Amino acid sequence: MPKRTDIHSILIIGAGPIIISQACEFDYSGTQACKALKEEGYRVILINSNPATIMTDPKMADRTYIEPITPDIVARIIEKERPDALLPTLGGQTGLNTAVAVAKAGVLDRYGVELIGASLPAIQKAEDRDLFRQAMQRIGLRIPKSGIATDMEQSRAIAREIGFPIIVRPSFTLGGTGGGVAYNPEDLETIVRSGLDASLIGQVMLEESVLGWKEFELEVMRDNKDNVVIICSIENIDPMGVHTGDSITVAPIQTLSDKEYQRLRDGSIAIMREIGVDTGGSNVQFAVNPENGDIVVVEMNPRVSRSSALASKATGYPIAKIAAKLAVGYTLDEIPNDITGRTMASFEPTIDYCVVKIPRFTFEKFPETPDSLTTAMKSVGETMSIGRTFKEALQKGLRSLEIGRHGFGADGKDGTPTPAEIRQKLATPNSARLFYVHHALKQGMNLSEIYELTKIDPWFLNQMRQIVEMENELAAQKRPLSEDRLWEAKRNGFSDIQIAHLTGTNAEDVRMHRKALGIQPAYKLVDTCAAEFEAATPYYYSTYERESEARVSGRRKVMILGGGPNRIGQGIEFDYCCVHSSMALREMGIESIMVNSNPETVSTDYDTSDKLYFEPLTFEDVMHIVETENPEGVIVQFGGQTPLNLSVALHRAGVPILGTQPESIDMAEDRKLFQAMLKRLGLQQPANGTAESVEEALAVAEVIGYPVVVRPSYVLGGRAMKIVYERSELEGFTRLAIAASPGHPVLIDHFLEDAIEVDVDAISDGSRTVIGGIMEHIEEAGIHSGDSACVLPPFSLKPAMIEEITRATKAMAKELRVVGLMNVQYAVKADRLYVLEVNPRASRTVPFVSKATGVPLAKLATRLMMGQSLDEVGLTTEMVPKHVSVKEAVLPFNRFPDVDTLLGPEMKSTGEVMGISDEFGLAFAKAQLGSGQKLPLAGNVFISVKDRDKQAALDLGRHFERMGFGIVTTHGTGEWFSRHGIPNRVVNKVSMGRPHVVDAIKNGEIHLIVNTGFGNQTKRDGYYLRRAALKYAVPYTTTLAGAIAIARGIESLKTKTLEVTALQDYYAQSTESGKDRRFIE
Amino acid sequence: MKAIFALEDGRTFSCKSFTGPGEAWGEAVFNTGMTGYQEVLTDPSYRGQVVTMTYPLIGNYGVNPEDIESNRIQVAAFVIREYQPCYSNWRATQSLADYLKSQQVMGIEDLDTRALTLHLRQRGAMRAFISTEDLDPERCVEKARSTPSMIGQNLVQVVTPERPFRWENGQPLFDDAPQSLLRPDAWRFPGKKAVIAMDCGAKYNILRCLEEAGCEVIVVPSDTPASVIRQMKPDGIFLSNGPGDPEPVHDTVQTVRELLGFRPMFGICLGIQMLGLAMGGRTSKLKFGHRGANQPVKNLLTGRIEITSQNHGFVVDIDSLDPTSVEITHVNLNDGTLEGFRHRRLPIFAVQYHPEASPGPHDARYLFDDFVRLMDR
Repeated sequence: MPKRTDIHSILIIGAGPIIISQACEFDYSGTQACKALKEEGYRVILINSNPATIMTDPKMADRTYIEPITPDIVARIIEKERPDALLPTLGGQTGLNTAVAVAKAGVLDRYGVELIGASLPAIQKAEDRDLFRQAMQRIGLRIPKSGIATDMEQSRAIAREIGFPIIVRPSFTLGGTGGGVAYNPEDLETIVRSGLDASLIGQVMLEESVLGWKEFELEVMRDNKDNVVIICSIENIDPMGVHTGDSITVAPIQTLSDKEYQRLRDGSIAIMREIGVDTGGSNVQFAVNPENGDIVVVEMNPRVSRSSALASKATGYPIAKIAAKLAVGYTLDEIPNDITGRTMASFEPTIDYCVVKIPRFTFEKFPETPDSLTTAMKSVGETMSIGRTFKEALQKGLRSLEIGRHGFGADGKDGTPTPAEIRQKLATPNSARLFYVHHALKQGMNLSEIYELTKIDPWFLNQMRQIVEMENELAAQKRPLSEDRLWEAKRNGFSDIQIAHLTGTNAEDVRMHRKALGIQPAYKLVDTCAAEFEAATPYYYSTYERESEARVSGRRKVMILGGGPNRIGQGIEFDYCCVHSSMALREMGIESIMVNSNPETVSTDYDTSDKLYFEPLTFEDVMHIVETENPEGVIVQFGGQTPLNLSVALHRAGVPILGTQPESIDMAEDRKLFQAMLKRLGLQQPANGTAESVEEALAVAEVIGYPVVVRPSYVLGGRAMKIVYERSELEGFTRLAIAASPGHPVLIDHFLEDAIEVDVDAISDGSRTVIGGIMEHIEEAGIHSGDSACVLPPFSLKPAMIEEITRATKAMAKELRVVGLMNVQYAVKADRLYVLEVNPRASRTVPFVSKATGVPLAKLATRLMMGQSLDEVGLTTEMVPKHVSVKEAVLPFNRFPDVDTLLGPEMKSTGEVMGISDEFGLAFAKAQLGSGQKLPLAGNVFISVKDRDKQAALDLGRHFERMGFGIVTTHGTGEWFSRHGIPNRVVNKVSMGRPHVVDAIKNGEIHLIVNTGFGNQTKRDGYYLRRAALKYAVPYTTTLAGAIAIARGIESLKTKTLEVTALQDYYAQSTESGKDRRFIE
Repeated sequence: MKAIFALEDGRTFSCKSFTGPGEAWGEAVFNTGMTGYQEVLTDPSYRGQVVTMTYPLIGNYGVNPEDIESNRIQVAAFVIREYQPCYSNWRATQSLADYLKSQQVMGIEDLDTRALTLHLRQRGAMRAFISTEDLDPERCVEKARSTPSMIGQNLVQVVTPERPFRWENGQPLFDDAPQSLLRPDAWRFPGKKAVIAMDCGAKYNILRCLEEAGCEVIVVPSDTPASVIRQMKPDGIFLSNGPGDPEPVHDTVQTVRELLGFRPMFGICLGIQMLGLAMGGRTSKLKFGHRGANQPVKNLLTGRIEITSQNHGFVVDIDSLDPTSVEITHVNLNDGTLEGFRHRRLPIFAVQYHPEASPGPHDARYLFDDFVRLMDR
């Protein structure tokens, strides 16, 4: 059936900010969908609050709304745009939930909008546990037995029904707290009791335990003719009990025979039909009993999911693109398979390699949360690797993770845990469990014991044992390896660094030895069909085989290094820049070669670049590609710290680095060189020094004066960075900082309290510099810029200061001979400008600035790197938009039980949203709404501030009073307010006895919380308060600046209407105002 | 153990044997299925072929006594990228290497199977010679050239059973007086459809599917004369899959021709080729064949797509069939080749692919019910 002609415009809901469990895979799927639908001639309307997405590029949709994704806002967009259809299945759970809410509210019926892809009943059948159970029963499938209890009596009855062991899950808790596994009635009593207490609604779910069962996933596609195909099968190495997002997974399934696999396939197809997903992709998860093959259905997602993105990258089959085309009426046999160009999408990809996905965790940023994995997802990113054997793929995957490991152990970083420690770490799933399997194997623990502790299938354990056996063999020979042995080692995935470590030499020697013997990887194609058909798309992975399929062209070509797995501090923003860079190269007729290891991204889509190498971002792996492709240069500016860290080694190996040169990068990173440069330019920075030992650090701090900011160099995202107020604190922290970046000095700066922080993105062609955007932070300096809200254009800086900032930025760009992008962080205190940091590369704020101003900075920067001048690309003056754009950070605290939500110099946010309006208040309110904070328009605001904030808090109190809010305080703030005539009601701090402020929160008496504080004195009280705010979803802020902005936001919400405006309209307004709009695309 | 894999066109690969010393030869073909190696090994249609799996890791789930498609391993040799000695599956009873060794079939690993597959895709299926004894590439190429070609070989006579047997409760049931099975009183279950399966190398799962669909099955050798079949008075006749070139199987084709219109007939794989030839059509050799579990087939009667299991190197030429008597019912969506037809007047239908799957998807199982319905009429 050809595409539908009765619909003309389609609304797509994006997934919003990057959060744990919903990352840039939904930008990938949304981008594919937008492209696919536009290609078919539909008018595409998009809403997504996340400015760092490719899908919100103004060219991707006809109407792009960077607005909060709430049912109310979506309703307004529908009212304004009157789409014919709403496609709800490509924006993750957020998109699906919002679509359901809008449908239930009757908005779709009112405006005659059709839900395409999945109908409301189908979504509900898949999402509602009871409906799902009934559906599964109808088709003869089973889901784990379960029941809901609100008291002990009920739970005992349900337990009798289910039988032990039982999983207890409290309903509505944060991060899956308060549950557990009950092995007997005694356990049940204690676990259910604490679960009922932890649940916000006093309810627990009891579920039959399938812990330790094998876990499988199938990615399924269906069209409107009821044709169903399986795109990819995935096996989780971590068995049931660990969220699939936190599991190491492998494609295809490794340990099922065809008979067993076909049962899962039949089941998936039956589920697809029974649930009634009309068209598109879904994900079905099964658990299989390793003893006898019994199958239970774990869940089904009636939408494109994280696993769909993985499956697309693992097979080359673009699930989201095809899903979008199926939604508008095409059938699978009408859509071509891009990879072969000759065959159709109506087939099941078959792969001739092994794919391993490894999640990346970030427990180190949340030390209060134990590193243990459960059914609640905690990982913030992932990497995928491809090899011809599992062993090769696993080792590639581990070095792709960029956690300082170079494979499955054997890299000199193993340590020697005790057997007891190993057993404990094997038994309790955690982020480093695989390395403990390595320890166990090294220490000779037998496989059956490892299996009993981990329930990791013996097949995988055997693979790991084979790697360790090879490791032992290599370690036994200290001389240069023979050709055969070296070849074998490489075929088993060993990196040069591992081999060097094992044979007592260095990686460069191994590399030279290898080259002398002609041992190089081959590049094979990802082609969906295991070579049965010729592949048209150049999507490659490396492997140690004799025949390479790399088709090297004679064109001008440039290689872009991506950012690797997402982590806090390095995420989608950098992928956005890489994608833009690739677009620019292609526009210039230069072949773009992308190298990245992150399956969630747009950059690893096979049609983003002319060529895609899905490879680890290590020196060894990148050099092989350079040697194969011989590009005219490598771009390292856009992928964040990952490629920047490779730049020196690549440069030394003779690889041309495009744009700003490594010497300049070094000058910006090296404190002494940097200081000298500032001195030359007459700029100042906070008093500072460097130290390589604790003693040195103490001496430096004495000279520059406390408080000081301490941090390691060459680390992104404020990792191991802290504001230190006294000597004792400094000692301990310096030790950590030295460990975080070994071999590099620790940086110590005087901390400017209550300074305004300013972020500047600038672009330079080497002789001239134009400001991309100046952003004023809401939160004061000292809060990591990634966690801080910011405003473009600045809202309180004086014109003279903006002049000064512009001048300083240009001077530094010139001095650093920046070609491309540069980011500077400044602090402004008492009308004086301090330079905090300069990064001669694309920053996290580039997409935000580009969205706010309409100037595609990363694309233009790429042109400059290729030798064009600013004049040639037509960027002559800074673009200062008339509208106000606010960026707000989105924090993952609800995933990390027990973590304090206070902001500090170490970045903790996973994502960002953008609010745009004609005035600050509304723009800020939208940003808050987008980040999930529902600002109250009336009620009680709780204010408790540290002494330093008391003076400024008076205005805040008065503002809320004027707006009709009741003010609740603690004693200190209350007394202060009363003394200044601000009426307020005092409640107890938690430490003062009940009823206290947390009781008031629980009782729903508090609607907004302002709580500032740091240091350890007020920590416990403030901590309980902040966790309660999080748990009961009360909007909160931990800075006075944030509170003042919130008050302004609330005032705007109360006095003005929240309008929705498309990005295209904002840009058009600017055009009318006579600005140069050549770049807006 | 080091080995050489040589193709008749001169390409050689160094590799290893994981089943000990030996030599083997046959037509080199590739299978793109990611699971189901035990079914592939025991599928009689692979007789005389050196099969390489495109999925690189093989042996993962061992072998078991159930997933067999005939009473022995049929392939001439088995070629994979990395053999998995440490298998894991609750049904597994033996390693793949032990299984191959127990039947003296060579298993080869450490070969760039993707390079081999690409080569076969570009140059077509061709003869291969494998040796652990003679590691001289040139001599091995010579030996490959001296082995018999697939074209013109009658491999059916090699794999067809010597005697008739019953198929009951999912397994062959041999009779002490096999000739008694060829009589009209041989049928024991009046409620079931009496089906004669002409076994040219039938996969067990076809017989299992027929039984499950409600048929009583008596399996007969491919040289069973039409007259004997007629006197057995079956409700329907099934024509099985089988190895190699259909052209040399003229005797059986003649039998089929004689039986056209006698009773409902259903053919699979070689079965459709024999029917095609019997009805005056032509067959030809595909460049590298269809072997795998992901071949999309469109059912032209319903418009639906079936993902099918396939294993064939020859095909009935679509334009060789008389459109006034034969209706094309299924086509391959990858290359447009014939996948199924039915007779416009006689109760005859057949498919080129394997609805019994094993290994592969179950999308086309309905054909067995169609056969039963055809016999109902």
